[in-house]
Amino acid sequence: MGMSYRAAWGYFRDLERAAGVSIFLHMRTLLIVIALVGMVVPSWAQSGTVILSTTTSTQDSGLLDLLVPMFEKKTGMTVKTISVGTGQALTLAARGEADVALVHAPSVERKYVEEGKMRNRRLVMYNDFVVIGPEDDPAKIKGTPRVADALKRIADTQSRFVSRGDKSGTHVLELGLWKHAGIEPKGAWYIESGQGMGQTLGIANDRRAYTITDRGTWLAFQKRVSLPILVEKDPLLLNIYSVMEVNPANGPRVNAAGGKAFADFMLAPETQAVIRTFGVDKYGQPLFVPIAGKSDADFR
Amino acid sequence: MELIWQGFLQALTLLVGGDSQVWQITWLSLRVSATATLLSLVFGIPLGTGVALTRFPGRGFVVSLINTGMGLPPVVVGLFVTIVLWRNGVLGGLELLYTPTAMILAQLVIAAPIVTGLTLAAIQQVPERFRLQLLALGASRAQLVWILLKEARLPMLAAVMAGFGAVISEVGASLMVGGNIKGSTRVLTTATVLETGKGNFDTAIALSLILLLLMFLVNWALTWIQQGRRA
Repeated sequence: MGMSYRAAWGYFRDLERAAGVSIFLHMRTLLIVIALVGMVVPSWAQSGTVILSTTTSTQDSGLLDLLVPMFEKKTGMTVKTISVGTGQALTLAARGEADVALVHAPSVERKYVEEGKMRNRRLVMYNDFVVIGPEDDPAKIKGTPRVADALKRIADTQSRFVSRGDKSGTHVLELGLWKHAGIEPKGAWYIESGQGMGQTLGIANDRRAYTITDRGTWLAFQKRVSLPILVEKDPLLLNIYSVMEVNPANGPRVNAAGGKAFADFMLAPETQAVIRTFGVDKYGQPLFVPIAGKSDADFR
Repeated sequence: MELIWQGFLQALTLLVGGDSQVWQITWLSLRVSATATLLSLVFGIPLGTGVALTRFPGRGFVVSLINTGMGLPPVVVGLFVTIVLWRNGVLGGLELLYTPTAMILAQLVIAAPIVTGLTLAAIQQVPERFRLQLLALGASRAQLVWILLKEARLPMLAAVMAGFGAVISEVGASLMVGGNIKGSTRVLTTATVLETGKGNFDTAIALSLILLLLMFLVNWALTWIQQGRRA
């Protein structure tokens, strides 16, 4: 600005003199400005904060809205829940931008654990995926016991299929299933939405297409989505959630103790009891099955 | 159509019934965006006035930069502010990410160029001869600036409205730097995105209507100031 302090002061006095009368004339303006400034209350408090990076499905189901306050009350810590796709949730954790992760893509999770980015992976709960599609079922997959056969038929008949296409846990599972079926999904029939489960269900519904969704989101969308379940109960459709702690070596400010406290909380008997009944009041059936203490080997 | 009507009824219920969560979200939206707009005035008005009243080499380039800034995409701002505020980022030590302060910061970056650009235009539209006349009448520089700002009052308040309108309605930056955390950084726009994702379209519509109402009330107050006795 190239102005001396003294000059600036004179400048200010000048302004004041020039403005003297008008300030009273603009009392109204002044009052409103004061009212607005009064609202500026900074929020700094950060100590005892745990950053949880998780997936949209746990957030959208409303489960975390129930569990997070329980944890906060018990420990006095504050949880910041960042719900993104599983891919992004793990990337953030690997950069040390989170303290604990609750995600659902076992193959990817194991890779992060092997690389030492995440540790102490423990299974928390599961639900399942289902294949839904239009009532008239152009690919004739209804009741197919093996999901790979169903996908093969969808690809063979070039029936429209909506993929999440966002590296989420659901997307990782879907890609695994295509691989299992020996198909590389490509073509005009294969639509990548790049959006969350809810939006993807909406697109599948409007385009009368097949898609893979977790049962919880499908139940939550009963009002808007009229696509029935066509394939379910294949063991490959199991959707397993686990919790992992972030290695403090990933970044300078990882709250390792807080991350561990949250992971332990997810496996505590009273938390698992809440998970067991969650969703019954709203959907008539639980959305998740708690599985603390089990290992991957139990689900093969 | 029925869905919109349901949303309208729900908006009324939430507001009149005093749903504490909705009030908290509405209040946070107003607090964050009003603060960001006020701060953008602190930077934008002096900068816009300065550039309007001075001639220097490369001025055209600076004005172009400001004008480009008026259309900064919120997601781009959100991404860069997030990276800066990451624990590993330049300002990571402040631990600001996922706080309302971070949202204010991002919205400030969005609003400041708008206020600067419109201030610049507002001051420049005051005829040159008027300025010379004031100087001829013996006005000091400070008096000159003050009178010009008063003269440009109408377009200046339009600048405030445009800045506020841009930040209260943006979702990309707030979602990224705030994280849409319940009870902490959830504002009307990010809550609308969340409720849509959850399939609660009636709640999403209700929140949108509350946002529109809030924007109307704020603009009404600003128009009242702008138009003075003419309103």
